[in-house]
Amino acid sequence: MTTTTPTALPTEERVVRREALYFAVRNPKLVIGFSIVFVFAVIGLLGPVLLDVDSPNEYVAMPMLPPSSEHWFGTTTQGQDVFTQFVYGVRTTFLAGAIGGGIAAVIAMAIGFTAGYRGGLVDEALNMLTNIVLVIPTLAVLLIINAYLGIRSVGMQALLIGLTSWPWAARAIRAQTFSLRSRDFVDLARLSGVGTPRIIAREIAPNMSSYLFMTFILLFGSSVLIAASLDFIGLGPTEGVSLGLMLQNATQWSALQLGLWWWFVPPGAAITAVVGALYVANVGLDEVFNPKLRET
Amino acid sequence: MRQYFGRKLFIYGLTFVAAVTVNWMIPRFMPGDPVASMLARARVSQPEAVEAMRAYYISLFGFDQPVWQQYLNFWGAMFRGDFGISIYVFPTPVTDLILGAVPYTLGLMIPAVLLSYWAGNRLGAFAARRQLLDNSVLPVGYILTATPYMWLAVLLAWGLGVVAGWFPVAGGYAFSLQPSWSWPFIESLLHHWALPFLSLFLVALGGWAIGMRNMIIYELESDYSTYLAALGAPARLIRRYAYRNAMLPQITGLALQLGVLVAGALVTEIVFSYPGIGSLILKAIQNQDFFLLQGSFMFIVVGVLVANFIIDIVYVLIDPRTRTGMAGAQA
Amino acid sequence: MSLRVSDLRVHYRTLRGDVKALDGVSFAMDDGEILGLAGESGCGKTTLGKSLIRMDGRMRHIDGSVELDGRELPIGDDRAMNGFRFHEISLIPQYSMSAMNPTRRIGKMINELLRSRGVTLDREELERRIAQVGLPVEVLGRYPIELSGGQKQRVVMVISTLLDPALLIADEITSALDVSTQKAVAKALLDFRDRGYVKSMIFITHDLALTAHIADTIMVMYAGKLAEKAPTEELIKAPKHPYTKLLINSLPEIGVRFEERKLEGIPGSPPSLLRPPQGCRFRDRCPLASEQCVEEPPATEVEPNHYVACWKAA
Repeated sequence: MTTTTPTALPTEERVVRREALYFAVRNPKLVIGFSIVFVFAVIGLLGPVLLDVDSPNEYVAMPMLPPSSEHWFGTTTQGQDVFTQFVYGVRTTFLAGAIGGGIAAVIAMAIGFTAGYRGGLVDEALNMLTNIVLVIPTLAVLLIINAYLGIRSVGMQALLIGLTSWPWAARAIRAQTFSLRSRDFVDLARLSGVGTPRIIAREIAPNMSSYLFMTFILLFGSSVLIAASLDFIGLGPTEGVSLGLMLQNATQWSALQLGLWWWFVPPGAAITAVVGALYVANVGLDEVFNPKLRET
Repeated sequence: MRQYFGRKLFIYGLTFVAAVTVNWMIPRFMPGDPVASMLARARVSQPEAVEAMRAYYISLFGFDQPVWQQYLNFWGAMFRGDFGISIYVFPTPVTDLILGAVPYTLGLMIPAVLLSYWAGNRLGAFAARRQLLDNSVLPVGYILTATPYMWLAVLLAWGLGVVAGWFPVAGGYAFSLQPSWSWPFIESLLHHWALPFLSLFLVALGGWAIGMRNMIIYELESDYSTYLAALGAPARLIRRYAYRNAMLPQITGLALQLGVLVAGALVTEIVFSYPGIGSLILKAIQNQDFFLLQGSFMFIVVGVLVANFIIDIVYVLIDPRTRTGMAGAQA
Repeated sequence: MSLRVSDLRVHYRTLRGDVKALDGVSFAMDDGEILGLAGESGCGKTTLGKSLIRMDGRMRHIDGSVELDGRELPIGDDRAMNGFRFHEISLIPQYSMSAMNPTRRIGKMINELLRSRGVTLDREELERRIAQVGLPVEVLGRYPIELSGGQKQRVVMVISTLLDPALLIADEITSALDVSTQKAVAKALLDFRDRGYVKSMIFITHDLALTAHIADTIMVMYAGKLAEKAPTEELIKAPKHPYTKLLINSLPEIGVRFEERKLEGIPGSPPSLLRPPQGCRFRDRCPLASEQCVEEPPATEVEPNHYVACWKAA
């Protein structure tokens, strides 16, 4: 029972992408999630430019002032403006998340694609490596490395985070690559003599692009959290300020006991908001790309 | 099954060796003369202390010996339980400090992890049943799991501790008391334990609830669930099967989350000045006490490996397929 | 058993509107009858099969009725249907390979399933039926993953018929199987009917050739409506609906080579069921179409038990 003349499908890919966009802008989780992240990104990008101070950590006013029209978020025990610190902190935190998440994503893709596509011994070896890095508790390793080598810049911190948080993503990418590897278009490319790296870059990765994007979002979120924890313990950058550092300072200087809530509530709230928005947006993205999940 | 455990143990063994090697290697990557710079950074004043430390460092690093010998010495010392002498609490051995702090950390982590795991899974399964519940549990779950551990700890400490005054916010027990088996001490212990426990519990709960809810939905949409429903099986039976099957990836998820949970416990302890490994690490960092750091690092790594192994055993017990020699989705 | 379906309409709710998957189908079945339900993908046969036992989340019962042994089936009410499921109406799903709980031993699962439906398991009877489909009794103590695809298929067939339902729906159960296994499955189904495990069967398929082997009657569907329904011999030898004729002609014949006779297909594709066309739905692809076909032909009984929905056949 076949219909013979197959209808040509040149526009199908474009239709799929347009359909994705259609659903994307109508998905509340995605829209709200990305909006929140966008707002904070703008704060982090433009805030320091607009505020234009020499250093967010300079002493500008009377200490321990509650929020007012002059100091939106009040001041610290040293008389620093909390809002200024907050804005600079958002920038640093975003940087840490983006760089850390980005590096982790790159490593995860390199290992995941290779293991999933090659299989065999290469797969076994990479699996072993993944399992080892997976089991080692991230914070403990970063602790030791940070403490001895005294890494003091955001970039280095992000690099180290990226080097240790890729395993789960590598595993996920490997699994996806596995299932794509046996598809017809890959076989076709192989038959045409296309080399492995190009097959991965041209055939496999684009078909997983949505998945890769979602993975990056999650890595971004976890990088932000890890960086904040590191800063909180005292292993953060020595220059500048980050949201985690603000929390550390607040705790160290007894903001808790003194009731200086304006010092410790905003930084944590910002982290929660950004990471939470990313998670929710991720769920929305899943719904957009997987039609089965869409509610009718 | 022997193959399964053999493989796991091999990986854990490799991980352990890797961790120890990293621990040994890192100080040697410091620029300049490690001993001198460590002495300089240690800011220890008493000459006897400096001399003892120098001698210890030299022997520890074994700069008079070939590198491989130094490496072996390190292993030897570790198996003897000799992690050196703490710098900031000189001359207490590091091992003593750690053993004194471990009960507090474990007392915090184990109940928090187990309870949040159990409650979170139940909550997630429940949320998957009804749309209304789902709409309230999901956002709460996401917010909780996105909350940094130390921030929730700070909020709880401030809200329930400082403002409301219901709980203390510092120490493992009242400073006026001495550890003993008396009731006042135990009461004080519990009182101080409550907030850090609650903080850890809540953040972890969010993660489990969301994960379980997703897994249950996935199981409820599976072919076997559809078939059972087509044959008129009551929702109760389908849910029971779905829950059982959803637990498997959740158990794997627990193993994956161990690092995060440990980190969470550490920072929570710092907020509450709770006398566990977390506070110890903080002081070690502030005082540049490298031996204490090394010891803490090794302890955490070993702890996580042991926990992983326990979880592997539990997984075998719960997934009947591993016993017949065919595991499900094992990477 | 007797089944009477009257003007059944079941639509799928989608974001873009209602897909009229089943748009007014009527037919009847007698006791002991095996009805082969054939048609292209999207013609509504699976929708019909699902409507009779358990509706999808997106399916809506719009109109029409189903009567089983004189009683109306509450197909729109999921909970009310439960009483009928497994006992009176049962299903062998298309996904039999993955239809069993992977973490439960098969025997244990069957026991729990039966208990949950208020039935005590008759172990001997179960073992007998397992043996009858050619499986060793040991499979009951195994996990699904330990069985081959064909073995799982047969286990599911036994499970579905364990309570001797009046009506069995087999939804494309042979699609994923090789030819010899298909034959074995078809034989097993006939066996079930002959032994009295099931009274009547609806065998949904897109493989006309296989259906002809086991069905007493064949019903061909197109675009959500009935095209032709007749006893097997008549339908194969003397089809009256143009669609059926083209279908049968498009089947490859063993022994005939491509040079001798080209395989004819049916040009075009079925209409969208979101906004179905006016009149006869086969109009656009039918070689016999005329202005008469702008009006929808009703299914008329042109010969005893032979129904056709075409102006040219009546």
